[in-house]
Amino acid sequence: MEAQASHLMASGGPSHRAVGADLGGGTYDRAHRGTVGEIRVEVPRMRCTKVNVHYGDKHAIHDVSLDVGKNEVLAMIGPSGCGKSTFLRCLNRMNDTVASCRVTGEILLDGKDIMAPEVDVVPLRARVGMVFQKPNPLTFPKSIFENVAFGPRIHGLVQTRAELEEVVVTSLQKANLWEEVKDRLNDPGTGLSGGQQQRLCIARAIAIQPEVILMDEPCSALDPISTAKIEQLIDELRRQFSICIVTHSMQQAARVSQRTAYFHLGDLIEVGDTDQIFVKPQHQLTEDYITGRFG
Amino acid sequence: MNQTALLVVLLLTLSSLAYHFGRKRAFAVSGGRIRTLHSLPAYYGLYSALWSILPALAVTAIWLAMQDSVITGMVVAALPPDLSGLEPARLNLLLNDIRNLVAGNIVSSQPSADVLAAADRYRSLQGTSGFALFTTALGLAAAGAWFGYSRIRPEYRSRNAVERTVMWVLIGCSTIAILTTVGIVLSVLFESIRFFHAVPVTDFLFGLDWSPQIAIRADQAGSSGAFGAVPLFAGTMLITLIAMVVAVPIGLMSAIYLAEYASARMRSIAKPLLEVLAGIPTVVYGFFAALMVAPFIRDSGALFGLDIASESAMAAGLVMGVMIIPFVSSLSDDVINAVPQSLRDGAYGMGATQSETIRRVIFPAALPGIVGAVLLAVSRAIGETMIVVMAAGLAAKLTANPFEAVTTVTVQIVTLLVGDQEFDSPKTLAAFALGLLLFFVTLVLNVFALYIVRKYREQYE
Amino acid sequence: MSETNFASAEDKMFARVEAGMKRRRAAEKRFQWYGRCAVALGLTFLVVLFVSIVSNGYTAFWQTRVTLDVTLDASVIDPQGSRDPEVLRAADYGGLIKATLRDMFPDVTGRRDRFALYGLISNGAAFDLRDRVLANPQLIGTTVSLSVAADDDVDMLMKGHIDRDGAEADRRIKDNQLGWIDQLQADGRLERVFNLDFFANGDSRDPELAGIRGALMGSVFTLVVTLALSFPLAVAAAVYLEEFAPKNRWTDLIEVNINNLAAVPSIVFGLLGLAVFINFFTLPRSAPLVGGLVLTLMTLPTIIIASRASLKSVPPSIREGALGVGASPMQAVMYHVLPLAMPGMLTGTIIGMAQALGETAPLLMIGMVAFIADVPNGVFDPSTVLPVQIYLWADSPERAYVEKTSAAILVLLLFLATMNAVAVLLRRRFERRW
Ligand SMILES: Nc1ncnc2c1ncn2[C@@H]1O[C@H](COP(=O)(O)OP(=O)(O)O)[C@@H](O)[C@H]1O
Ligand SMILES: [Mg+2]
Repeated sequence: MEAQASHLMASGGPSHRAVGADLGGGTYDRAHRGTVGEIRVEVPRMRCTKVNVHYGDKHAIHDVSLDVGKNEVLAMIGPSGCGKSTFLRCLNRMNDTVASCRVTGEILLDGKDIMAPEVDVVPLRARVGMVFQKPNPLTFPKSIFENVAFGPRIHGLVQTRAELEEVVVTSLQKANLWEEVKDRLNDPGTGLSGGQQQRLCIARAIAIQPEVILMDEPCSALDPISTAKIEQLIDELRRQFSICIVTHSMQQAARVSQRTAYFHLGDLIEVGDTDQIFVKPQHQLTEDYITGRFG
Repeated sequence: MNQTALLVVLLLTLSSLAYHFGRKRAFAVSGGRIRTLHSLPAYYGLYSALWSILPALAVTAIWLAMQDSVITGMVVAALPPDLSGLEPARLNLLLNDIRNLVAGNIVSSQPSADVLAAADRYRSLQGTSGFALFTTALGLAAAGAWFGYSRIRPEYRSRNAVERTVMWVLIGCSTIAILTTVGIVLSVLFESIRFFHAVPVTDFLFGLDWSPQIAIRADQAGSSGAFGAVPLFAGTMLITLIAMVVAVPIGLMSAIYLAEYASARMRSIAKPLLEVLAGIPTVVYGFFAALMVAPFIRDSGALFGLDIASESAMAAGLVMGVMIIPFVSSLSDDVINAVPQSLRDGAYGMGATQSETIRRVIFPAALPGIVGAVLLAVSRAIGETMIVVMAAGLAAKLTANPFEAVTTVTVQIVTLLVGDQEFDSPKTLAAFALGLLLFFVTLVLNVFALYIVRKYREQYE
Repeated sequence: MSETNFASAEDKMFARVEAGMKRRRAAEKRFQWYGRCAVALGLTFLVVLFVSIVSNGYTAFWQTRVTLDVTLDASVIDPQGSRDPEVLRAADYGGLIKATLRDMFPDVTGRRDRFALYGLISNGAAFDLRDRVLANPQLIGTTVSLSVAADDDVDMLMKGHIDRDGAEADRRIKDNQLGWIDQLQADGRLERVFNLDFFANGDSRDPELAGIRGALMGSVFTLVVTLALSFPLAVAAAVYLEEFAPKNRWTDLIEVNINNLAAVPSIVFGLLGLAVFINFFTLPRSAPLVGGLVLTLMTLPTIIIASRASLKSVPPSIREGALGVGASPMQAVMYHVLPLAMPGMLTGTIIGMAQALGETAPLLMIGMVAFIADVPNGVFDPSTVLPVQIYLWADSPERAYVEKTSAAILVLLLFLATMNAVAVLLRRRFERRW
């Protein structure tokens, strides 16, 4: 581990600030790739090392190394198209479903490599759940109940109807949706409001008790009130799960996350405690982005 | 008929002359300065040409369409009363003889003097009519050309006039679809109504006994209740069912496999190959069913001691199913591809396997579209003719046993209408009643299926 | 404290997921196999269809012929020596052929045996001989070497479709005939040549004389009528509906109509043709003209739909560009949009024509199913078409027609394949990515 960490320019400090400074605003030298800040945590849930992603000829992620800690919310920010979603989708191998996509590098979950070809993505995805940008309640099975029951059913997590009902109710409660839907569990999920649908998707994800939940801009299609509810929910869920959230809103990252990673053109530029990143970014690009000079 | 061709050629020549002179006149009236003309000179030429040919062609078409019935009417009117008073069926035969005499064909029996006279009259009327048509049409063409020509002025908006005419022609062409439907409905409805005068609708729709051959003699028409179409419906349904049992699983599963599992390479090979099945003419399938599949089924049945008819519903249904496979699979393919990626992502993100995603998410989401596709396939199977004509039976039998011979609606339409027909016998008319039914059922199925499919598409747009 | 609790809960869940994996992987494999089997079945059907038709049909392209040395006895052909063509035409050439056969097999004496002997040679032989003499009357009095078609049963025997060792009663070629055939073969009088008759003749009651020329010409005439009518009509309708038609009830109705017509069973179009073109307009039965009219109505929806798609794919910028330089909407469409959409329209038309070429059922309704031996010369002559010829032959009991049918199917499929290949090439060649 140490050997790997050493060439990753893993320590922050004034010297890097100097490097960042002479790169200047936006004219960013690809030859000097590397991440500023501490990419590792003490108790990692997931540990990525030198991950590269290609879409056909397009190199979308370059040598990204990053840890996801236990019981933390890790926010990923960066301008559009910088590869946040692509990286996130590596963490539960959703990129396998994209024909042109090729992922290399090492990704460990609880110390075990999930990239190995013999690893089955099915149990992996049961442990690393995902919530998407656009709320996508299943149209079939339709009902709110069946949407939440989908995971437990396919994974065979429950034996009896009573158990299933308990899981569904608990998940909806954890997702702060129970009070709103308890009288209409058999209504279609698509009939809910956008915010409710997104919480339904979260309930669906937590019904199978994953260890990590990946969220790709979960609030970008929602109004401020729904957003606030989801942010509150994320904060509560942190006690049980590790959460990686991609967000376009820096305020949101600041509000919900403990650590923040800044991506730029497929590179992981800077990682650090959220408080530090937003108050005192070390890399020029991070600062430019946070102060709103681009992105 | 060669005269008609000659006339058309003459009319075309006239109108190209009109074009030429119209254009020249446009140059002339502009005094060589084309910019003073409202439209390009060619449009003035076209304007004259259209005036020359359109009215003349219209008159020619109407004339030719009417000519036969008018002449026939005149010939009949001039027949001696004992002949013109014949009942319609006999009169038709007589007229056929007369027409054959006119055409110089051999007539079966020695024609009587009256018939010969009538034929002479027919021939002379035809000559007169042809001559009159020639003069009228050519006169109209010349007059039209002159009219168009005389209206050429620099400020005349000939382009607009030409474009208006073209637009009307375009509109006319686009209504052919409507006319066809109206034509179908009217022609089958008209004959069906005549049929239902002889055979009550209820007997036809609910009768259990179909044997039209015994109704050949006019005095027996419809009296025996031999026009009960239920066995035909049952036979059609049986064969359709067998076809669907073959086509739906195979078509659907191959669509799913090619869309979700197969490599791009395999897809690019297998898909066009499967579609070849759709391009093979149905008569080929019919031959295949009758000469290969039916004997094969009969012989394999014999191995197990089963007595299988050589025109079993099984053979026709199996082969029809094969024919419909690509139909089901290409429609299902469209439908499956219309299921949004986000639904798949949702399921995969939960850790569903590919087959679980397909069975529990994609398939149910695509179900309305698939139902639409299957309904369209059913409508195809019901209306399919050649396979059943060649491989299914002729005798109507009310059975659900796929190894017996059954007959279908389309088979009966063909057998009733192929060969010599008397146009007024219920036997012939029954074919139209069956046609009406077939048209109606497939129409309802199609409208319904297309509606479902459209609604389904809109849902995911 | 709570940490450990959660961890154990996770582990419990995970153990359950893992426990189910074996079953789920098996289900996944099974499902994939269903898919593979479905594709494989579909392709197997295709292969079986082609193999059975090719293996049944390829022999029809050969024919067994017998070489006879016929003495053209002047006293039989032209007793008066007038050389009058009428006399020459009416002479008993069949008798000459029979006499030749009798001379070749002097041992055959009984009436029945002689009849069986004559049966080895096609009925067409007499006509061949007549044509030969009419073309060259100087031959009268000499002995000519004439190659005539063998009877279809002989042909079938030579092609191995009749089992020599089967019981005589079930065999269409009897033992004595087998002996004569063997002798002919030993004399080198039997030969196997390319079956020109198959392409040069019309239909016939004698399988060895039946050919597809009549049906082929009928198909050509029918398709010419269909093409001449459907292409302009469909293009005009498509142009109107796609470029000019306002969006209202009427055009909606037309749209729905076109889509539905495309799915109406073809036999219904036959009923329409029978009621309207034959009974109402009294057009001649069995004529390619009527066939063409019916097929026009049938293929119109296909071509209109394809043409509209092709027009739709022309980007609006083309129209705007033309309108921008002062063209009228009609001119923009006629001179700028239509040429760009033309390849797509042609592709649709070819596909429509292929559909028309393979169509059988509606043509049965309008009488194109009659037995017609003459090759048609125009759109008013009674004729049949290739698919109907296939139907007629498929219905004939003689074994020889099975190979004829298969061969006719091969010819039909060849035409269809060519048409579709042209359509694909056209599409490739002009496919544009705007
Ligand atoms: N399926 C795909 N095929 C090809 N390129 C893709 C695909 N998905 C994303 N990309 C490319 O990868 C890069 C990163 O995309 P993405 O991860 O979606 O960015 P972000 O989520 O940060 O906006 C982009 O340049 C995008 O164009
Ligand atoms: Mg993204």
